[in-house]
Amino acid sequence: MENVTKLPVQPIAPSAAPEVKSSEAYLRMDHISKSFTRAGKTSQVLKDVNLTINKGEFVAIIGHSGCGKSTLLNLIAGLTQVTTGAVLLENREVNAPGPERAVVFQNHSLLPWLTVYDNVSLAVNKVFSAKKSRAERHDWVMHNLDLVQMTHAKDKRPSEVSGGMKQRVGIARALSMEPKILLLDEPFGALDALTRAHLQDSMMEIHQRLGNTMLMITHDVDEAVLLSDRIVMMTNGPSAMIGEVLDVPLGRPRKRIEMASNPIYLKCRESVLKFLYERHGFVEAA
Amino acid sequence: MSMPAASFEPQSTSAPENAAQPAAALPLPVADAPAPSKLAERVRSVAATVLPPTITLVAILMLWQLAYGGPTSGVPSPLRVWSEASEFILKPFFWNGDQDFGLGWAALTSLKRVAVGYSMAAVLGILVGSIVGQSVWASRGLDPIFQVLRTVPPLAWLPLSLAALRDSDTSAIFVIFITSIWPILINTAVGVRNIPQDYRNVAQVLRLNSFEFFWKITMPAAAPYIFTGLRIGIGLSWLSIVAAEIVAGGSGIGIFMWNAYNSSHLSEIVVAIAYIGLIGFALDRMIGFVGDIVSRGAAAN
Repeated sequence: MENVTKLPVQPIAPSAAPEVKSSEAYLRMDHISKSFTRAGKTSQVLKDVNLTINKGEFVAIIGHSGCGKSTLLNLIAGLTQVTTGAVLLENREVNAPGPERAVVFQNHSLLPWLTVYDNVSLAVNKVFSAKKSRAERHDWVMHNLDLVQMTHAKDKRPSEVSGGMKQRVGIARALSMEPKILLLDEPFGALDALTRAHLQDSMMEIHQRLGNTMLMITHDVDEAVLLSDRIVMMTNGPSAMIGEVLDVPLGRPRKRIEMASNPIYLKCRESVLKFLYERHGFVEAA
Repeated sequence: MSMPAASFEPQSTSAPENAAQPAAALPLPVADAPAPSKLAERVRSVAATVLPPTITLVAILMLWQLAYGGPTSGVPSPLRVWSEASEFILKPFFWNGDQDFGLGWAALTSLKRVAVGYSMAAVLGILVGSIVGQSVWASRGLDPIFQVLRTVPPLAWLPLSLAALRDSDTSAIFVIFITSIWPILINTAVGVRNIPQDYRNVAQVLRLNSFEFFWKITMPAAAPYIFTGLRIGIGLSWLSIVAAEIVAGGSGIGIFMWNAYNSSHLSEIVVAIAYIGLIGFALDRMIGFVGDIVSRGAAAN
């Protein structure tokens, strides 16, 4: 496992580098591979993944279940370590988790003994303990709860609000860390279709307002096309890699209903579906 | 509450005959009904919890009286206990000098020891349990030893501690400590081991340090387990105090019983047993109550 052949990382001094423009690489995955070793057997999950995400971009990663897309997100988050290659954020290698790469977890992961407000303020107090005063931190918590329309339930515990609301709070918690990149791990996968649509709309609105960089894992083709600027399609595992990257040349803001008959939208949707079901159909045994 | 009155008024003015019968007849019992029915409900639920044990207790006392009521029986009957030791039942805190005092004082002496020994066990058990639960190697190294030590009966520690500490009071406290620490430690370790990976991920993304992780994640997440351990621990420490006091000597409720036995005051022993049982019950409920409050929300997800 430790035969790591890490690629040389260009030691560009961050201060020397000019301000990162929207066209420049912001997050870079450089020849990433990941293998897990269990009981003496090594299985490769990801093989030679190269991807560059620009500032302010919304990128979706789509693939069949088990293709390692969640593993990829965990590698970027730093929750698991790459076997070979490197993840670079603003040209600096990252290998430990941190609030500048906040994660919205699939199952919300709110702390059940804290209220909605306290769940967000835990993050705010930790990240901004030195930079903001107590009153400013309170305002910042409320601002982020307001972004996801959850101020009304700030004193409730997670068990007292619906699944969609929990995920809203999870998003607020992640946004409140002011991450350089927001990582979303199938954030709406466990929600019903109507709630999911609501949250997708909220997500687009937030992305529009804040202009943050987002990377979302999904297995929902419509979600990917509707939300993202680019769609990264993964081949099936083991040894999954990036099969294709599709640009979604749709303007913003996007309206769900207009998109339903938009030819560009339908074309994008079709090519993702073709990739997933014609060329890389899900193999049950895999 | 104000609704019946508001709806009643327009009805009575606009349609007096109509209101006289249904409206006047209805709101009164409707408005009055909730209060007594709620009270009746309360009374009924209290009766449902209090009556069965009371009836059982009376039945047991009667059977006991019938079985051991004879003048030559070795065990005192309830009536004899009352006639011989009613002072101990009615006045727990009387004081007639060093050799003759209420059971409350004796129990307080024992409780003080339990408080010291148990507090030490709780603090150390939770701390060490958190470490053992957190680290795979600490767990592998220490868990077998804990599993062996926890099966040692409380009194088996006493000779060693008497020899080492040379003081009956300290030895009794040590026995309580060593008896109650194992369930606290082992349960805490299990609770910490069972903290969901999700919470750990959140802590990692937030870069919580180990101190923050302990207070903000470990303690609340493992609280239900910890309090199970604390509850077993308080029971065990109360179990061992009487025996430890009888063997080690000194003072306390165990010594009270031993002295009563030596002077053949069997009725006093019966009263002391009831005291010990009731105090143990109260201690158990107290920890359970605190645990319910503290771990509220931790289990629900």
